[in-house]
Amino acid sequence: MWVYVGRRLLLAIPTLLGASVIVFAMVHLAPGDPIAAVMPAESSAAEIEATKRAYGFDRPLPVQYLVWLQRVAQGDLGRSIATRRPVILDVRDALANSLVLALSSSLLAFVVGIALGLLSAFRQGRLLDKLCAALAVIGVSVPHYWAGIILIIVFSVQLNWLPAMGAADDPGLLPFLRHIALPTVALALIPLGVITRVVRSAALDILNQEFVTALRAKGLAARRVFVHVLKNSAPQILTVLGLQFGFQLGGSVLVESVFSWPGTGYLLNLAIFQRDIPVLQGVILVLATFFVLLNLAVDLLQTLIDPRIARH
Amino acid sequence: MAPLAGVEAATDAVAAVPAAPMSYWRTVGWRLGRDRTTLAAGGGLLVIVLAALLAPWLAPYDPSAGSIRLRLAWPGTPGHWLGTDEQGRDMLSRLLWGGRMTLVAGLTPVLVAFVVGSALGIAAGFVGRTTSTLIMRTMDIFYAFPSVLLAIAISGALGPGLANTLISLSIVFIPRVVRVAESATVQVKGLEYIAAARVSGAGMGAIVRHHLLANVLGPILVFASTQVSLSIILAAGLSFLGLGVTPPAAEWGLMLNTLRQSIYVNALVPALPGLAIFATSMAFNLLSDGLRDAMEVRG
Repeated sequence: MWVYVGRRLLLAIPTLLGASVIVFAMVHLAPGDPIAAVMPAESSAAEIEATKRAYGFDRPLPVQYLVWLQRVAQGDLGRSIATRRPVILDVRDALANSLVLALSSSLLAFVVGIALGLLSAFRQGRLLDKLCAALAVIGVSVPHYWAGIILIIVFSVQLNWLPAMGAADDPGLLPFLRHIALPTVALALIPLGVITRVVRSAALDILNQEFVTALRAKGLAARRVFVHVLKNSAPQILTVLGLQFGFQLGGSVLVESVFSWPGTGYLLNLAIFQRDIPVLQGVILVLATFFVLLNLAVDLLQTLIDPRIARH
Repeated sequence: MAPLAGVEAATDAVAAVPAAPMSYWRTVGWRLGRDRTTLAAGGGLLVIVLAALLAPWLAPYDPSAGSIRLRLAWPGTPGHWLGTDEQGRDMLSRLLWGGRMTLVAGLTPVLVAFVVGSALGIAAGFVGRTTSTLIMRTMDIFYAFPSVLLAIAISGALGPGLANTLISLSIVFIPRVVRVAESATVQVKGLEYIAAARVSGAGMGAIVRHHLLANVLGPILVFASTQVSLSIILAAGLSFLGLGVTPPAAEWGLMLNTLRQSIYVNALVPALPGLAIFATSMAFNLLSDGLRDAMEVRG
């Protein structure tokens, strides 16, 4: 098993490097001179000269990449065009807010999705199963940014129950919950649909296996059968949960921009508006790194639960 | 479940099957014809596509001509049945025209990914070795990003515009199709009839054309069809962020973005473009689910 863990760790390195190549390439994908992509238009000649040297724009691309990678490895993601602040500071603050939102929406989606998925598996073909299936299709089809706007229209504009945007300024749990409630629901819709579907089919796969029939035949209580089913479908469910959590972090861009939630998505949205390529690069690199590491963690955790996987 | 219910359902199904054996595609068609959800989704989709295609003839007004005197009219206003937007432009006309943009921006990337991804994936799966490693490892890199983030990374660097949206979304979907195409090809390649064809002297081109494609393209097509709804949501989402189609063009995501400032004045009109995205993406999802069931593709 340790061989597998080692190999899996090594495999993550080329993926991370590949992701960094794509992020590096963004400066050169941008139309026009690359220097214009990382500097404000009104910079002085001396500033431009200094940046040119720091980025090595006069040197061949592979060298530029290595220079850039070295700086990134030291935590230097460049400076924002708009604010001239180091990108790493903005990303750090935003990432914390995004993590909170991703955690709360994942929690909601996981709990409700697993419950609905198991319910419909055990009630296969009945009305409840059909309702859950309909809910799952809606969950994966709804544009979550639109769902966010609908939530604002209903709960903020019409009913005036919850704030429409931003994070809480006042300390305390209640203001925090009031602010995070709507973005959490909007962001939970897609994973809720996906998880319900996967849990249902995973549980059905197990339910149709012979050992479950045997358990039932020997007179085991339905509740105990349920535990067996849950335990056996856990690895498959866990994979999806991990992946969905990762998607929550990256996918929250649109929802964060709807609710002006001060996370990475909102930062990205601002950067898009101001064509602030260094900020775009920084946020995307950090999120991609997070995503790769999360996938790695899920893989390893899965092997821990079910050592058979490592042998494949 | 009552013990007899299953048996009855089974005999029903047996009785309904026509006596003569049908070809694969006729069976698929027959199954689709009996699937009411899929038929309804297909019908709905047909209406949406036709409405978008016929927009120049159906739209009662010029989609970009507004009137300051009639801003944010509620749906039901005489002459503007779906109301007007924040610049007094007719919503029905803009939704009809907007559908064209959204459908083009959503469907093209999946089509491109189907063609390019199938070619790359089948090449990787059939040739194997270095070719496979080269193609598949390159594709793995793109899996380091959640799809939304990858689309934003590329679109954000390239700048706004329909062409850039198509490029970035194609890059999002190609790696996904490649993976499916590669694994389907590897699976089929190992089957006995391919070995039989090879032993009887068929060339590589002939094997790919006559034996491989017919069995691989079905699953790839089904997979591609499942991606259309995501592609539409992402395409509209990019416009929503200001990275897709630029104003004053009518596009559902862009309309949603400009209208969301107006929710305090008119709560209904801003919801309409999103409803259109939702209905279209749902129709595609239901249709691809039905197609998958009818073609008996797992996954």
